[in-house]
Amino acid sequence: MVRWQDEVKDWLAWWRQQERFSGGLKAVFQKELADNLGSTRFTILFLLVAVAGIGSFYVAAQNIRQPVGQGDTQFVFLRLFTTGGGSLPPFITFISFLGPLLGLALGFDAINGEHNKRTLSRLLAQPIYRDDVINGKFLAGFTVLSLVILALGFLVAGLGLLLLGVPPTGEELGRLLVYLLVTIIYVAFWLSVSLLFSLLFRQNATSALAGIAVWLFCALFAGMLAGLIADGLFPAGQDSPPQQILHNATLKQGLGRLSPTTLYDEATITLLNPGVRTLGPVLVQQLEGAIPGSLPLGQSLLLIWPHLVGLLAATLLIFALAYYFFMRQEIRAG
Amino acid sequence: MAGQEAVIVTRNLTKQYGSITAVQDLNLEIQAGEVFGLLGPNGAGKTTTILMLLGLTEPTGGQALVHGLDATRHPLEVKRIVGYLPDNVGFYDDLTARENLLYTASLNQIPASLARQRLEAALAEVGLADAADRRVREFSRGMRQRLGIADVILKDPTIIILDEPTLGIDPQGVQELLDLILRLARERGKTILISSHLLHQVQQICDRVGIFVGGRLIAVGPVALLGQQVMAGKPLEIELQAEPDNDDLLAVLEALPGVATVERRGAFMRVGCAAGVDVRRELAPYLAGKGFTLLYLRARGYDLDDIYRQYFQGEGYHGALAG
Repeated sequence: MVRWQDEVKDWLAWWRQQERFSGGLKAVFQKELADNLGSTRFTILFLLVAVAGIGSFYVAAQNIRQPVGQGDTQFVFLRLFTTGGGSLPPFITFISFLGPLLGLALGFDAINGEHNKRTLSRLLAQPIYRDDVINGKFLAGFTVLSLVILALGFLVAGLGLLLLGVPPTGEELGRLLVYLLVTIIYVAFWLSVSLLFSLLFRQNATSALAGIAVWLFCALFAGMLAGLIADGLFPAGQDSPPQQILHNATLKQGLGRLSPTTLYDEATITLLNPGVRTLGPVLVQQLEGAIPGSLPLGQSLLLIWPHLVGLLAATLLIFALAYYFFMRQEIRAG
Repeated sequence: MAGQEAVIVTRNLTKQYGSITAVQDLNLEIQAGEVFGLLGPNGAGKTTTILMLLGLTEPTGGQALVHGLDATRHPLEVKRIVGYLPDNVGFYDDLTARENLLYTASLNQIPASLARQRLEAALAEVGLADAADRRVREFSRGMRQRLGIADVILKDPTIIILDEPTLGIDPQGVQELLDLILRLARERGKTILISSHLLHQVQQICDRVGIFVGGRLIAVGPVALLGQQVMAGKPLEIELQAEPDNDDLLAVLEALPGVATVERRGAFMRVGCAAGVDVRRELAPYLAGKGFTLLYLRARGYDLDDIYRQYFQGEGYHGALAG
């Protein structure tokens, strides 16, 4: 009987040898990373996201003094991320809205750009595996977006320390880290979407527009559409039976969760607001005798576990599709 | 030719895109150290053939062997020894020439110090040493093409495949490029496969050419012998100029035994011989005897020009295919 450790070891050895044989992944990764970090597009997007994030954070820091002054001091640090003020929405809303843009911008011309520059056939004529190209591009984009999100998250956290003078508890730090991780997965989802579109559409502009269309649909229209369908199937008026109202709410939520944006929003609000105890409809009976309080991190994670799995699965699924199309694509179709 | 070992062999290589057959039962052998020209009009399947040789496109049927390696099964090994300059080659415009080549070197896992050495040598070889640190976006078409050659040399491959290397370059540039290619073959012993539809430009450096039309290879051989191969069995046609060029000349020519037709084509007289007869030997003394001076004489159908006209311009090549 073969021990699984040995099998893993064998596989790793085989993989390393294959990598040494080709070495294409590393070369493509390094080049794409340099390209991404040096591009004007990246600078503009980073500034946009950073200014929006820091601006909203600053307003939150101004507004947070009021409740804290009234004695409500629980999770002050996390509230920096979820408090808006005046006309500015909170930090997490900004990131939820602009994060996808970052992912889309990093990938929309990944493959069709090579086509249009006529570099793809020259690239593939080098002794590298074909999937090194798409893997390298995805990994480079992933690294860049991870860098941006982690840098921004820690920047805001550091500023929070300076402005508030209240150090975060371990629990708060843990929640912040998980929040950043989920954000990375979510933006990676949009990166793989844009990578897929860069394969399906020959024109850079078309694939960028298609990406933005999907993003707008998920961010704005998916929720409306879910409500429309739910209201059509289970009309919930003032005098409808409770059963029907419940059906309506459940269906609306279920449909809404098909959009990764909904999944991400629900997951992040649960992470950054420990007061969120449930994400589904709540009946009056269930509230009876409940003690208001906050959930520990483990319980919050349990609550959003399906969301995390769903997001990860969606990201991998879209990337797998892109991978499939890339491997099947004819080099000269045009 | 340097050796007699076939380094590129295709066996019944076939590629179909849906119902369209791009390449049909191609059987080709290219010897080590030779310059082979794959000539054919646009859309004849030349690029498809090249992509199959590199393992970038999977053949529908048959095999492409490079140094005995099946290109479909061992694409990495094949791509390691083959340098490919694609049709209308592209580079990363925002990078300099040097950076573009360094990327290729890293993809080929050439160690950095060796890569730098080879890079300078390659750029000098193609005459771009001064432009090494300029962005490729400023490059002219000819410079890009030369950078493409440098990109290929850098790999130090044993086989070099060039797809339409002379397209869109001015005559001076074409000559330089061809000299460069010839130097690679003669001085470094590379095997070179050139695909082109501009056979006038390419024929001068090819040891052998293959005429490729409609996905089929219809003739292969040294340029000199190709005419005979293609024109075999057809009546000889002679083009000539003589002085004084008047209507008497027409009558005199028609009177020569073995001449079937005579007609005037621009500045030339075109003489069609009867099947199996060659009147060239008698022609000069005969004309001299009649008081004419022969200025120009050429047997049609024995050089690439005529093959070009016959196959590339569709002048009844279906008939030739059948025959």
